[in-house]
Amino acid sequence: MNKTLNQKAWFFVLPVVALVAFNAVIPLMTVVNFSVQETFGDNVFFWAGVRWFEEVLRSERFHAALLRQLLYTGIILAIEIPLGLAIALAMPRRGPWVSVCLVFMALPLLIPWNVVGSMWNILALPDIGLLGRSLNAIGLEYNYTRQPFAAWFTMVLMDVWHWTSLVVLLCYAGLRSIPDAFYQAAKVDGARAWAVFRYIQLPKLRYVLTIAILLRLMDSFMIYTEVIVLTGGGPGNATTFLSIDLQKIALGQFDLGPAGAMSIIYFLIILFLSWMFYTLMMRNEDRS
Amino acid sequence: MKRPGWLIPTAYIVFLMLPIYWLLNMSFKSTNEILGSFTLWPREFTFDNYVEILTNPVWYSGYLNSLSYVVINTVLSVVVALPAAYAFSRYRFLGDKHLFFWLLTNRMAPPAVFALPFLQLYSAVGLFDTHIGVALAHTLFNVPLAVWILEGFMSGVPKELDETAYVDGYSFPRFFTRIFLPTIAAGIGVAAFFCFMFSWVELLLAKTLTSVEAKPIVATMTRTASASGYELGLLAAAGMLTIIPGAFVIYFVRNYIAKGFALGRV
Amino acid sequence: MARITLQDLRHSYAPDPKTEADWAIKRLSLDWDDGGAYALLGPSGCGKTTLLNVISGLIRPTEGRIFFDGRDVTDATPEQRNIAQVFQFPVIYDTMTVYDNLAFPLRNRGVAEAEVDRTVREIAQMLDLDRMLKKRAAGLTADGKQKISLGRGLVRSDVVVIMLDEPLTVIDPHLKWTLRSKLKELHYRVARTMIYVTHDQTEALTFADQVVVMKEGTVMQIGTPVDLFERPKHVFVGHFIGSPGMNVLPCRVENGQALLAGAPVATVNAAAYRGNGKRLELGVRPEFVRFAPTGIPVDLVKVADAGRFRIVEMRHAEGTIRLLVPDGAAIPGSRGHVQFDPTRTQVYEDGWLVG
Repeated sequence: MNKTLNQKAWFFVLPVVALVAFNAVIPLMTVVNFSVQETFGDNVFFWAGVRWFEEVLRSERFHAALLRQLLYTGIILAIEIPLGLAIALAMPRRGPWVSVCLVFMALPLLIPWNVVGSMWNILALPDIGLLGRSLNAIGLEYNYTRQPFAAWFTMVLMDVWHWTSLVVLLCYAGLRSIPDAFYQAAKVDGARAWAVFRYIQLPKLRYVLTIAILLRLMDSFMIYTEVIVLTGGGPGNATTFLSIDLQKIALGQFDLGPAGAMSIIYFLIILFLSWMFYTLMMRNEDRS
Repeated sequence: MKRPGWLIPTAYIVFLMLPIYWLLNMSFKSTNEILGSFTLWPREFTFDNYVEILTNPVWYSGYLNSLSYVVINTVLSVVVALPAAYAFSRYRFLGDKHLFFWLLTNRMAPPAVFALPFLQLYSAVGLFDTHIGVALAHTLFNVPLAVWILEGFMSGVPKELDETAYVDGYSFPRFFTRIFLPTIAAGIGVAAFFCFMFSWVELLLAKTLTSVEAKPIVATMTRTASASGYELGLLAAAGMLTIIPGAFVIYFVRNYIAKGFALGRV
Repeated sequence: MARITLQDLRHSYAPDPKTEADWAIKRLSLDWDDGGAYALLGPSGCGKTTLLNVISGLIRPTEGRIFFDGRDVTDATPEQRNIAQVFQFPVIYDTMTVYDNLAFPLRNRGVAEAEVDRTVREIAQMLDLDRMLKKRAAGLTADGKQKISLGRGLVRSDVVVIMLDEPLTVIDPHLKWTLRSKLKELHYRVARTMIYVTHDQTEALTFADQVVVMKEGTVMQIGTPVDLFERPKHVFVGHFIGSPGMNVLPCRVENGQALLAGAPVATVNAAAYRGNGKRLELGVRPEFVRFAPTGIPVDLVKVADAGRFRIVEMRHAEGTIRLLVPDGAAIPGSRGHVQFDPTRTQVYEDGWLVG
């Protein structure tokens, strides 16, 4: 759409800018302030320059948390995106049951995150949880509070349970917007199911898939509540992701300097990854 | 494609419902039964857990607190986002693209980063432990989202609609409220749905910014869990009750889900 | 290539059709010869697209059979029927090049790559697409995309019939004409049966050897463009085809003689009238009405200039009469008389041609 030039439009965006600035700029400044100063309590601060940044970037603890975070995000993206896409493709295109399906599928998205944690906590308990008890009954030794692998398994399963529906709903909406003529033409052209997917559905889903991956990428980097409730970051530090590590430093040890520096690095990592992914997708778009 | 087509969504829904069923199962059991045995359905069916939550003010006030700030946040986010989204969808102005991008970056801001500064900021301006305080804090991620969703829907409305209305003698406010808003009603519904959703499910900021007066149900749950030990039945019942508002909201937007989730952009 | 036969075809979208209005296609039988150019013409919602989809196999008819060369294909899929279809909005595979788009139907059928290449190049040349074979199909204009859709039908040697569903809807007006003559040319060159669905009479009449005019699921007339123009079987056809449409005036018939407002009018078919219709009408096209010193008295209402001729609208006791006057010819003052061409004036009974 060709938009008209109108500087008065600023008045329309002013409330939003004021609100978000209040919420984003002031706290961000506070964080920046922490990150370049040192304090020994009593609200006395000393200039520390980039020392905290160097410290955080060099610390093995941060590296480990970042690595865990990247691994976790990679795993859940690799499961949720194809799975969500597959379920959306398998859904019937119309019919009375479709909206019933969608309502059930959307349900996990609206459950408070700590309840999701509690729910999986209860489900996975080795003695009285359905999942834990079943796994142990078939001879697998499973205890997510002691075994790092079991903790990861539970975390990933929980995330898949919680968020795959978002991918399904986005993809389903995208699929619904493909006109029938495309499917009819493909039928007439003798295209098999795979060719229909590869040359019609996938290209048309490009935009919603970009959104889905972007949202899951960002949100999985921010995961906090579910982990705290389910594993508390343990066993040991096995599920201590970036946000959990940050809270341990900031609220647990009250090391405001390193916490501030880490916050900024953490934020920049998310921004960088999102930007990189976005430009990658959009550059391909331009070429077509 | 006919029969296996139903199989996959059905299997998926069963997988989704299992943990919820288990929670429901637990919520109707007595503490004795929970700790004493492993049962697939409650043998000693009891409403005690629900009675406790609905009669004890510590529990139900948390519930009301949550609903209050979520509703305030949803209304606030959508109302301020509407004119902004209109501006982004209709006009070019100095710095519009940068502004839009900056707004979206706030959606990427991890609440964990902002928890501590928020505590200081909201204490300083006297909004600590108030409903409006939590609602304001949640606008950090909901306003950018609402602007983005609404902008998508508004861009789908041809500009000729605006022009026709002006030619017909409508003033801007009258056009905006009488013609434009009803046209993008679906978009407003979807934006409100997302705002409700993200405000309702968030715990970290809500917990950090409250202590007694505005303490949300989710915070009550975590504190009760740690304070009084292993009251799983109570926890499960409280959890079940937090699912209900979400289920309600989904029911109302069920007709928009299929199209609305494409956010007006496909 | 095949002869297409539709036998007692009926179709309803309702699962349990009760009233006449539930049928999207009411009972219909027709025979189409191999290699012909046919058009389905009618206003929106007349069932022409439904009929097209029934022939192509995208819809299974509620009742009746479809035969291709005597072979019953009612239950065959579109693929088994060997048809090709061009849709209203260009359907192309965005991510592929023009070449790959054209090759797609062949590759799906496992045709050898050398053969694919030869056919694609041949068809691309026919469609004037040969210089953009390496381009991404998504980057083409609407008419280019529509040519690709058509080309995907033409590349297949086994195609029995090519269906075109309002293919010019999204094409710019000045390109419509070129693409239309291209279609006609292609029909001569490939000699395939083509079925063209449209609501535009010009498109239908210029393209087809035979036109099927439909209204509310019923076939009103099947005939050559000349038939439709000179001998409309129903007043609807007379009205729908021609610009302006046929004049239709209430009349009576006594002893094999048509009477318009009491005055006798010479017609082709009044003698064949057997006297059982409820509503009788006289139909004559504006092209066959002319001014005369005596005859049917009329009052002049208005004159509209349509370029090479003028359309004169007149009031008569029984209704409005329009006639065409060539540029330059004189038009009488506010009152005058007109005469109808006796060989082109027909009587209709309850809408249908008498006899």
